[in-house]
Amino acid sequence: MANVADVAPVTGQVEPPARRSLRGMVAQTEVDFRLFGMLIALAAILLGFHVISGGKLIQPNNMLTLAVQAAGIAIIATGMVLVIVSRNIDLSVGSLVGLVAMTYAVLMTDWFPNIFGLAPDTPFLWVLALAMGVGMGAAIGALQGFIIAYIGVPSFIVTLGGLLTIRGLVWYQSNGAAVNGLDKTFLLIGGGAQGSVGGLLTWGIALVGSIAVVAILFNSRRQRRRYGFPVRPIWAEIVLGVAGCAAIVGVAWFANNNFWPQGLADRVAAEQGWGPAPEGGWKIPTGFPFPIVLLIGVTIAMTWIATRRKFGRYVYAYGGNPDAAELAGINTRLTILKTYVLMGILCALAAAIVSARLNGASLDIGDTYELLVISAAVIGGTSFSGGIGTIPGAVLGAFVMYSLKYGLSFVGVNSPGQNIVVGIVLVVAVGLDTINRRRGT
Amino acid sequence: MNGEEGLVAVAERTPLVEMRGINVAFGGVHAVRDVSIDVHAGEVNGLVGGNGAGKSTLMRVLSGAHPADSGEILVEGNEVSIKNPRDAKAQNIETIYQTLALADNIDAPGNVFLGRELTTPWGTLADGSMEDATRKVMKRLNPNFTRFKQPVHSLSGGQRQAVAIARAVHFNAKVLIMDEPTAALGPAETAQVRDLVRQLKEEGLGIFLISHDIHDVFDLSDRISVMYHGRLVGTVDKTSVTTDDILGMIILGKRPEEVTQKDLAELELGSAPVS
Repeated sequence: MANVADVAPVTGQVEPPARRSLRGMVAQTEVDFRLFGMLIALAAILLGFHVISGGKLIQPNNMLTLAVQAAGIAIIATGMVLVIVSRNIDLSVGSLVGLVAMTYAVLMTDWFPNIFGLAPDTPFLWVLALAMGVGMGAAIGALQGFIIAYIGVPSFIVTLGGLLTIRGLVWYQSNGAAVNGLDKTFLLIGGGAQGSVGGLLTWGIALVGSIAVVAILFNSRRQRRRYGFPVRPIWAEIVLGVAGCAAIVGVAWFANNNFWPQGLADRVAAEQGWGPAPEGGWKIPTGFPFPIVLLIGVTIAMTWIATRRKFGRYVYAYGGNPDAAELAGINTRLTILKTYVLMGILCALAAAIVSARLNGASLDIGDTYELLVISAAVIGGTSFSGGIGTIPGAVLGAFVMYSLKYGLSFVGVNSPGQNIVVGIVLVVAVGLDTINRRRGT
Repeated sequence: MNGEEGLVAVAERTPLVEMRGINVAFGGVHAVRDVSIDVHAGEVNGLVGGNGAGKSTLMRVLSGAHPADSGEILVEGNEVSIKNPRDAKAQNIETIYQTLALADNIDAPGNVFLGRELTTPWGTLADGSMEDATRKVMKRLNPNFTRFKQPVHSLSGGQRQAVAIARAVHFNAKVLIMDEPTAALGPAETAQVRDLVRQLKEEGLGIFLISHDIHDVFDLSDRISVMYHGRLVGTVDKTSVTTDDILGMIILGKRPEEVTQKDLAELELGSAPVS
């Protein structure tokens, strides 16, 4: 084999030399250039509307409202990434959110007290409701996934049928009525002043997050060192660590500058007997609303599943080359089925947020979510040709989309106007991406 | 040289893999008819034939990609059931497909270990160990290769081929099926693959080599099996035949001793298709 080394082609096998351009620097940090670009786009959108609105948009209150609005779509979009990556689609998510939301409402207003005999103030009622909703979402996802993966009906058809059928079931579930009045604890899932974790816990989350960032960077460097693999330059590690921690602490600080409404704060202070109010009244930081905490948890869990688990690897392998996945001995059918089970679970979580915010469920809850979720995933870089897309990208995509919507409505553009802009942005984003990929980056 | 003794020695041993009476039909098309073929340890069996002769289909049966309608497969004398690619890999039968069967969006270590990922005690992917093992096996196949983190679509044809070979040889293969391993490669890379085939043979692997290139086959094989319209014309010792004999078998579907003057006359006229 000695002579083989001599004849082997050398071109394109040497690591590219460090470039001094911004792009070269970013490449050395090994940060996904796409994600980096989307963060900049997100910042530009928010800053743009901040200026147009005369410096009123970027405030803790507005940003948390925006984030809570985007949370449900972002949570489902993390699952849609895996579905689209594996060359399928799910059009039924909006209807499934509607069905599970109505289930939560019917459970807590009717079935729990009247059939299960559980008094309305029974503790952990919300856990029971949530578990049943998640189970229901998983079961419906499994059914659709089974028909797609094992019977071979195209996912577009199966989930289109799901969209119609499940929306119809919502009507029968409540006999066409909107249902209100959920469990008090369950309502906290929807966010708001009391549905937030508070100042102290928000700092705690930021601390844990920062430690995690440093630990992950350190551990990955140590691992690569141990095997003698090339590692990032040390300045890049420090930049990443500092930037990551600064972002986390900054967001936590920002959220902790959002306070309870004065009336509510004073009333709770009086009830708790905190004594006389300080000058200017009680200031209670809300910190992160629960939907945001849920979104953070889901994003981390789904990223872990997509990048660290065999299942995630198989989803991407199937999307990249279905035949290769099959020939590698992967159980591709089970893999596809699981993506739909995950989708159902995520829809159930999103449904909890939406129904808690409304304190109930209406018949059209979750309507057109499928389009918003697919848009978020696609703006976030998920490709319909399969195999390409990231979880954080889809979450950022949801935030880009909702920043546009929120910013436009903030400066007085109505809903049809917002749709026009989001529609154009969707096509332009994918168009730019296509051109970029063709140039081979 | 010592072709005669070699043949006797081979015949006495139990083949590493033996396929007996294999039949495969696609709808009405009988793609493989009652084919029996084997390979011994340290031997290359070259499989040749025209387009649609059934070579790839036969090998897809052995690699578990397509089940046979009938017939049996023996590994070291014991009958085994190969219904899917996992069964084949469990018998240490590895395949390098003509299409390479790589997931283009995944990096080299991910492709080498696809379907057989190493995991940590927590059930997560052990990327470090997989990259380490891939670096070791690639050092042998393509020493200058460094792009372990890039998705394989960004690699050259030769590099992609090396990744596909790395996947087959890393897992202690006993039997290797190579379907047109040099079809998409340049001269330098082809030479590299030929060297590798010789090396693996010396290490004691049994290799089925499918190729259109009759010179490749003559160069590397110990025995040559010729297929014609789904059936096996015959398996011959390389030293006992000429290139023309093999071409005759490919084109006419007859063993050298069965060829008549009439057949040859038709060949002279060039009326038969040459693959």
